[in-house]
Amino acid sequence: MSSNDVLGRTEGGDLRLAGLTKRYGSFTAVDDLDLTVPQGSFFALLGASGCGKTTTLRMVSGLEEPTAGRIFLGDQDVTDRKPYRRPVNTVFQNYALFPHLDIYENVAFGLRRRGVKDVKKPVTDMLDLVELGHLAKRKPGQLSGGQQQRIALARALINQPQVLLLDEPLGALDLKLRRQMQIELKRIQLEVGLTFVHVTHDQEEAMTMADTIAVMNAGRIEQMGSPAELYENPSTTFVANFLGQSNLLTGTVEGVDGDVVTVTAHGQRLTLDAARCPVRSGAVILGVRPEKVHLARTGAEIPAGHNRLTGGTVVDTSFIGVSTQYLVTLATGEEVSVFEQNTGREIQRPGTEVVVHWDPSQGFGLEGGQDIEAGAADIEEDAA
Amino acid sequence: MTAVTAPPAAPTTAARPPEARRRSPLAWAREHLLLAVTVLIFVFMLLPNVIIFWMSFNQPQGKFDYVWHRFSLAAWQNPCANGEMCHSIGLSLRIGVVATIVATVLGTMIAFAMVRYRFKARSGINALLFLPMAAPEVVMGATLAALFFNTIGPGGLGFWTITIAHVMFCVSYVVVTVKSRLAGMDPTLERAAQDLYATPTQTFRYVTLPLVAPGIAAAALLAFALSIDDYIVTVFTAGNLETFPMYIWGSVQRAYPAQIDVIGSLMLIVTMAIIALSQVLGRARSARR
Repeated sequence: MSSNDVLGRTEGGDLRLAGLTKRYGSFTAVDDLDLTVPQGSFFALLGASGCGKTTTLRMVSGLEEPTAGRIFLGDQDVTDRKPYRRPVNTVFQNYALFPHLDIYENVAFGLRRRGVKDVKKPVTDMLDLVELGHLAKRKPGQLSGGQQQRIALARALINQPQVLLLDEPLGALDLKLRRQMQIELKRIQLEVGLTFVHVTHDQEEAMTMADTIAVMNAGRIEQMGSPAELYENPSTTFVANFLGQSNLLTGTVEGVDGDVVTVTAHGQRLTLDAARCPVRSGAVILGVRPEKVHLARTGAEIPAGHNRLTGGTVVDTSFIGVSTQYLVTLATGEEVSVFEQNTGREIQRPGTEVVVHWDPSQGFGLEGGQDIEAGAADIEEDAA
Repeated sequence: MTAVTAPPAAPTTAARPPEARRRSPLAWAREHLLLAVTVLIFVFMLLPNVIIFWMSFNQPQGKFDYVWHRFSLAAWQNPCANGEMCHSIGLSLRIGVVATIVATVLGTMIAFAMVRYRFKARSGINALLFLPMAAPEVVMGATLAALFFNTIGPGGLGFWTITIAHVMFCVSYVVVTVKSRLAGMDPTLERAAQDLYATPTQTFRYVTLPLVAPGIAAAALLAFALSIDDYIVTVFTAGNLETFPMYIWGSVQRAYPAQIDVIGSLMLIVTMAIIALSQVLGRARSARR
């Protein structure tokens, strides 16, 4: 297709952001961002609202001009190219389907603007891919939210962009439909093999679909890696709290013995794997995920070698079905969350005196001196 | 946790009054009140039109045809019996068309500027645009007359001064109408068009214009309606010319030809025919999809 040349499409090409910055007056929305998204990957930009993820996306699409920095597609610098000259398409948060055009014309829009003469076959194929061929003659207003979402996807995909940008595409859908669309999106991405950059504030959505997640906070990338990497080894308290939940305990490194780091926290001696702890001395934050922590009644037997926090009292018990979620207050006033898998064990009532314990290899260490609440408040807001 | 206990269903149904089978006259009136009011309002609004239509079949007799003489098609067969009248209609139509086109183009551009851009004099211009709508027409007419007298002189009054005056007050209504349509348009749509390879011109041609067109059309119709029946401002700026409203006013002073009712009925019929046609076309188009 000759139109490919017009858009400067190149075979193969990672999306690369170099020192990308966007300032609105004195407010820095995106702060000196360096990022490489490998071709063909499903990449998620995860962060709370206002963290700069959408601004980043709009700079890539060309709808927003960066204050500084460059954007590369493969070896092409596209920073100064107008949005209609970039081989990049967007699925907008509110879908932005053209209300005056029918579904067929909506999907054909990009092809027609590029002067493609025969649009019938690609449009039909694309509508089949999203399984909505029978709605071709309808207007967007006559479609349900989920159907509109798929048409928005089809309208972008038909142009075979080098990068497809998805701006919270599932935000407007109800929970059940969102789950279904997550699977659908992943299937389509694997089928077409394009680079997807997905912006979301929903950590579960990012984890389900993305190969690589970049957690953004205050215009910067806090940490980047595979979902499992981020979850098991967060590098900051923000990531530890934003991606799932974490119990974070401030302490001091007592010493390092081979593979084991010994930490004192709240007057109790705890250990963790040296490989999962970047701190060798001084202040440290010890983290452990609620589902890795176990409860035992005070005096009950605890597996040898486990870290333990004694003097706890159960203050809240929520039976969820698959698990029971406990909130335990320690003698020092610290709160620890514990998720016990439903394996038929006794449920501890509030008021029970317990010992909290876990396998030391399940804990992770973080640089001391960070705000242990960072990133946690956002989740509570979302849940509210 | 909020423990919500479902309220028992029985009391709600029991509390509801049993279906009234025996109808009191009051209940009948209450049920038909809306219908009655609706009919009354329709009568109130349509009666003058009906009378105009009816009177257009009056037998022209002498100067004053206010009263019904007898049925005749004379006025319809010869609507332009009075040459002056049809001349004034032609003038009004020409002024209406020119003023509508100019006001619609200008007003649409102003509306885009007001909605899309933030500039220094924006709030000032906004206030100025309301002025022609808020100012009493007599004051506006007198002011315009003074302006034209002192610039081009009394001899210059005519087609163009009327048209300029009409454009002036029509622009405000066009701006308000188009602005509300534009403001209601999702700005993401234009971004989406650009994202889908549409240049700014193509974005305007294929997305913005089709979406704003109903607003522009409504504004044009409004401008035309305002121009065609304006009397006060026109009198001040017309010089020796006589538009249709001026002709009617003048003829009512000295005579009342039945042809006025014919023209009135014709305008009504043409307007309704256009509305009916657009409805039929719209329905046919949606049926084809």
